[in-house]
Amino acid sequence: METQLALEKWPHEISTVIIGAKNEHGGSRSHSIEIGGQKSLPLLFKEGVIPNKPKIAFEVWDIAPVDWDSELVSAYGKSIKDPFAWVDKCVNDFKAELLCLKMQGAHPDSGDKGAEESAKFVSELLSRTGVPLIIIGCENDVKDNLIMPLISEAAKKERCLIGCAVQDNYKTLAASALADGHTIIAQSPIDINIAKQLNILISDIGLAFERIVMDPTIGSLGYGLEYAYSIMERARLAALSGDKSLASPFICFVGQEAWKAKEAKASANQGIIWEVITASSLIQSGADLLVMRHPKAIEKVNNFIEMLYKG
Amino acid sequence: MALSGLDIYKLLPKTNCRQCGFATCLAFAMQLAKKAVQIEKCPFISPEAKAILEAQALPPIKPLILGLNESKFEIGNETVMFRHEEKFRNPAGVGIIIEDSLSDEEIKSRLDKINHLVFERIGQLLEVNLVALKQNKDTKRFLEATKILLSNTAKQVVLMPKDLLALKQAAEIAKSRVPLIYCARENNFKEVGAICKEFNLPLVVTADSLGALSLLTKELNALGVNNLILDTGLKSVADKIWDLTQIRRQALKKSNRALGYPTLAIVDKACSYDEAMEATAYISKYAGIVLIKGIEAWEVISILTLRQNIYTDPQKPLQIDPKLYPIGNVNDKSPLLVTTNFSLSYYTVLGEVEASKIPSYILSVDTQGMSVLTAWAAEKFNAETITKSLEASGAKGVVKHKNLIIPGYVAMMSGDLQDASGFNIIVGPKEAAGIPAFLKNLN
Repeated sequence: METQLALEKWPHEISTVIIGAKNEHGGSRSHSIEIGGQKSLPLLFKEGVIPNKPKIAFEVWDIAPVDWDSELVSAYGKSIKDPFAWVDKCVNDFKAELLCLKMQGAHPDSGDKGAEESAKFVSELLSRTGVPLIIIGCENDVKDNLIMPLISEAAKKERCLIGCAVQDNYKTLAASALADGHTIIAQSPIDINIAKQLNILISDIGLAFERIVMDPTIGSLGYGLEYAYSIMERARLAALSGDKSLASPFICFVGQEAWKAKEAKASANQGIIWEVITASSLIQSGADLLVMRHPKAIEKVNNFIEMLYKG
Repeated sequence: MALSGLDIYKLLPKTNCRQCGFATCLAFAMQLAKKAVQIEKCPFISPEAKAILEAQALPPIKPLILGLNESKFEIGNETVMFRHEEKFRNPAGVGIIIEDSLSDEEIKSRLDKINHLVFERIGQLLEVNLVALKQNKDTKRFLEATKILLSNTAKQVVLMPKDLLALKQAAEIAKSRVPLIYCARENNFKEVGAICKEFNLPLVVTADSLGALSLLTKELNALGVNNLILDTGLKSVADKIWDLTQIRRQALKKSNRALGYPTLAIVDKACSYDEAMEATAYISKYAGIVLIKGIEAWEVISILTLRQNIYTDPQKPLQIDPKLYPIGNVNDKSPLLVTTNFSLSYYTVLGEVEASKIPSYILSVDTQGMSVLTAWAAEKFNAETITKSLEASGAKGVVKHKNLIIPGYVAMMSGDLQDASGFNIIVGPKEAAGIPAFLKNLN
């Protein structure tokens, strides 16, 4: 006897977002990364098309990181002291297909680099590597409004994913993304209503929903992971049911949160698994892009994704 | 799908005899729909109608209590597909498989390690719930190993024998501990069912497809075996997630009684990371029991922590009593730190204060379980509420000094709080991890 399956029918789908422009699109990236586009809840392959796997970006900084756990520092070795060597290590040794560059050096407490200097760094990085880039500021609104327009211009037509736009500081970044052909990260503080509102505000400036990626602000395993987990599920259900303003893919900053946890600092294995499980659990709730730190954690989660999508 | 009052009315005698205590059958039906009265109040109800209404009153996924005494836990009885719709009720049981091909000493040392896999996180004890014994050798060895298991752990035992002879004898030996039996299949369910009925044991039912699984549960019900757990066997992770999701939907959305049982998933991976990712995927996606092989603390704590996250009630954040907590050997000169009564905030601060080895007071303010920044935004953690809490908790009289350490993220309230409380406000670190260094440099 066949059991009649209980299937959900979704009238809508998640937006497809492309990061990185190759030659034919005016950029100089060696490849581009596509996320989103699914017509189903996560991993329910029999219910709707899921064209793209979740992708992992290696987090790198424009300066040597100041407060990274010693396990992370030793995983990259000496290269971590020189941003370009660090990027080379990610791309050559760990086969990174996507990088998330954080412009921490511009923060008033970590060097206070100026806009020109920061933009010059990005130009040079783009000429050294063909990997598509996510570029985020230093999380100081005033400073980010100074550096990001120049950085955006320096990366013009490369279709970077730039961030992070927040509810009371999105106009400068959105205008830059629009002018220079980038896509944008819209960050909301674990709040689905703010997420929706911010997407609408950004789209009002002229940036289509297809150029927005949402950061729901995650907590790590054991530190509030379930809040973002459920916000993401709610947003996905709304998006698949037809709410276009919540139909953007999700980016989750897994590495920075996981390595903050006390447990992650206890031992190498404990730290790596903390990052691994934070990432793999958010894939269950709909993460499309994961920004991670430890190369071994990235390798393990990538293998898991391959296995999930092999069918 | 719940029956409405009108649906129920159609099943009643419609005589308005009033023997149930209500003026009309319709009024009685309305109360039945609200589950405010029992169907037994109607003396003229037909047996068929009664059966329908009784089935209707049962939870869509059968609750099952496993384990004895301290090791007791409940699975099943879930009511929603997503946490935010209400909550996930009964945390998945996590169990560890041991093979009888190991030596006596190895089995004992594994059990000892499993018994000690206990972690305290935000005021809750996290532990493994089951130990499963898998037969690789002959019957004699399986029975020996069963005895070792029974005398070396108090956890729920799962027996995974190869054949009926081993099952029958092991069940006899273990019966007082009510072992979970793995498993009944299409080719042996009558015999396995009979053993489970004889000793009244819970049983895992395994079949590859949902259709075959439904048939088996119906057959076993007919034999009088009702404490069932569903398993669709080893499959790819994506197929397993699909099965677990379907079974949950069948029970909740289609009221499919034949699949209205908790589920079980076995993870068979050699690498700890792969095993943990797969186990946590099943915990997130509806498994009632997950069996793994790994016993390393760093792996198991990550699985149990994910379970804790997923099974936290979204409507009721974990909170503690809002009051003044003395930490260590305090005196009236000890530092005074303030945080919220959100468990995660409090226990994170507590852990760091303990690590600093500097006796201190932590004042937990009633923020209705909100975290520092959320409570600040909602005006539950501000100059006014903290000042009130300083008074109400007696903190003002307990310390002789007038210094209060506040979380770095709410530095902006320093001025207002100083004016309102009369305390000298010291801005502490933003992240709790900075507390030990901060306390050491305080003077």
